[in-house]
Amino acid sequence: MHPSPEMQREMLRQMNTIRRFEERATQDYLAGDIFGVVHSYIGEEAVAVGVCSALEDGDQIVSTHRGHGHCIAKGADLDRMMAELYGRETGYCKGKGGSMHIADFDIGMLGANGIVGGGIPIATGAGLAAQMDGKGRVAVSFFGDGASNAGSFHESLNIAATWKLPMLYVCENNRYAANTAAAATHAQEDVATRALGYDMPGVIVDGNDISAVYDAATTAVARARAGEGPTLIECKTYRWGRHTERPSQAEPRPANEVEEWKTRDPIPRLVEALKEQQGQLTDEEWEEMDREILARISSAVAYAKASAFPKPEAALDDVFSGEVA
Amino acid sequence: MPKITYSDAGTAALAEEMRRDPTVFEFCTDATESLLDEFGPVRIRTTPITENTFTGMAVGAAGSGYRPVVNWRQVTFGFVAMDPIVNQACKIHYMFGGQQKFPITFRAAVGGGTKLAAQHSQSPYSMFMNLAGLKVILPSTPYDMKGLLKAAIRDDNPVMSFESNRLMGLEGEVPDEDYVVPIGKADIKREGIDITVVGIAWMVQEALAAAETMDKEGVSVEVVDPRTLAPMDGDTIRASVRKTGRLLVADEAGPTAGASAEIISLATEDPETFKAMKAPAHRVCALDTPIPYSPVLEDHVFPNRERIAEGIRAVLSAR
Repeated sequence: MHPSPEMQREMLRQMNTIRRFEERATQDYLAGDIFGVVHSYIGEEAVAVGVCSALEDGDQIVSTHRGHGHCIAKGADLDRMMAELYGRETGYCKGKGGSMHIADFDIGMLGANGIVGGGIPIATGAGLAAQMDGKGRVAVSFFGDGASNAGSFHESLNIAATWKLPMLYVCENNRYAANTAAAATHAQEDVATRALGYDMPGVIVDGNDISAVYDAATTAVARARAGEGPTLIECKTYRWGRHTERPSQAEPRPANEVEEWKTRDPIPRLVEALKEQQGQLTDEEWEEMDREILARISSAVAYAKASAFPKPEAALDDVFSGEVA
Repeated sequence: MPKITYSDAGTAALAEEMRRDPTVFEFCTDATESLLDEFGPVRIRTTPITENTFTGMAVGAAGSGYRPVVNWRQVTFGFVAMDPIVNQACKIHYMFGGQQKFPITFRAAVGGGTKLAAQHSQSPYSMFMNLAGLKVILPSTPYDMKGLLKAAIRDDNPVMSFESNRLMGLEGEVPDEDYVVPIGKADIKREGIDITVVGIAWMVQEALAAAETMDKEGVSVEVVDPRTLAPMDGDTIRASVRKTGRLLVADEAGPTAGASAEIISLATEDPETFKAMKAPAHRVCALDTPIPYSPVLEDHVFPNRERIAEGIRAVLSAR
């Protein structure tokens, strides 16, 4: 199913919002306004946006340590995201989580996660809840090539297939688990072939081609909603930045490999595709869209900066839900 | 009042809560037949051997509106699921700013006496008491088992229900009707005036037996059962120690950084309680070894009623 031009423009807007958000988050992190660490999603935008464009509002996703893109694609509020990165009380987690732990349960974003592979069972549990609810909801687990070697991946796929859970397992194969090349840790190059062992479809798509991602996700969502079970989608992609934006972060990847992947940038690919369709996007419209997005990111930063830090004693809030004896 | 076993009281608690609340369901690797018959395989979910994953699934289901009960049988198998317990369930209510509750009950048998050697004879509750965001219960009677487990299932937080291997066959009076034992409230199992013995799980029963022995020696023993290890009811323990002036803690776990150490700290760091004490606090615990198989070795490692009685005599003779 090919996305309509209107939907493609929305996909472009979301991908560019992720791009501009990550640029600004990196800049403010290096300036010392954002703490801890930032894992940039730049280069992989088509995966989050392509998959989430195939979802309905009630559907749920579980993200990874590299989670900003999934949040934005699922419809998270940029003000509250930026405020969380800034450690402010108006942030999604009231300053308790930071970049690696943004969640918004109201929009079905069940959390980013600092444990590689840790989110896969959580997503599978959301898929079980969706099946028990019987309302046609689906759940999506985003994870990387590194997590695909964890036991939780194999255990979850086996359970989801055995119980026919309404799940999408979306592997963002960016070829590196932190600094370790997948080539050195995977017995087979492709992750999708592992689906065969769990009797589910395993699909390989160009993760930098948003239409391909969207098509694969749409097919998998339809299968899940029809009660036919899970699908494993492997999106071949690449992160432009190092594992984290920390200045001391190692960069083991060959420079020519990074540069080569930058020529496969998913954003200009969609811009060109839209321009080629008569009247769907002009240079002026694209520039205007980018200006609007930059202004929106600036206002998110202004919101964060205008927000107060939490009171120190707020550290004691929310250890437990409800009254504690 | 009907008498049932500690083990059956746990099953009754789960059955009652499943009847009461359709969002309660169980993950288990080996279903209890009566529960499977009554509730069917959708709510009594027999899983593949995947403790790490079905425990993580409980986190996802809890965050999606359900109240899963995760039954590993032995705590040994719960260790396979440390990521979803430690990194996820205990922390994400807090880490996500309190926006979602995660009501999960974990069930695990602990303790020795079963001649199953080191892996299946563990009492690691202090490891879990260390986790902010997790409540830990450990009943000593069939009555407390049913009431505490029902409270755990209704609680909006992750609760670890440790259940004593030694007590599974213990019979006691358990009402058929609905009741809960509140989490975080200790219970005076026997009143006395000369010494407070705080026992944990099986050690409550052994302390009660030791109290009978000491009664014949003219010593009046008060037995306190914390029932909940986190959050611990320090007030009840301190009040008892202020009354008797002496404290002994009996625990089937080893002493090092154990629940016994926490109980003694809660009592002695309080100035009023410390002032009321007539003798140093004393612990009767397992030896710090993995639990051995041979009965001769196992009996040597674990505390029992005789060692508690010896400990009481030692405290009373201390000056």
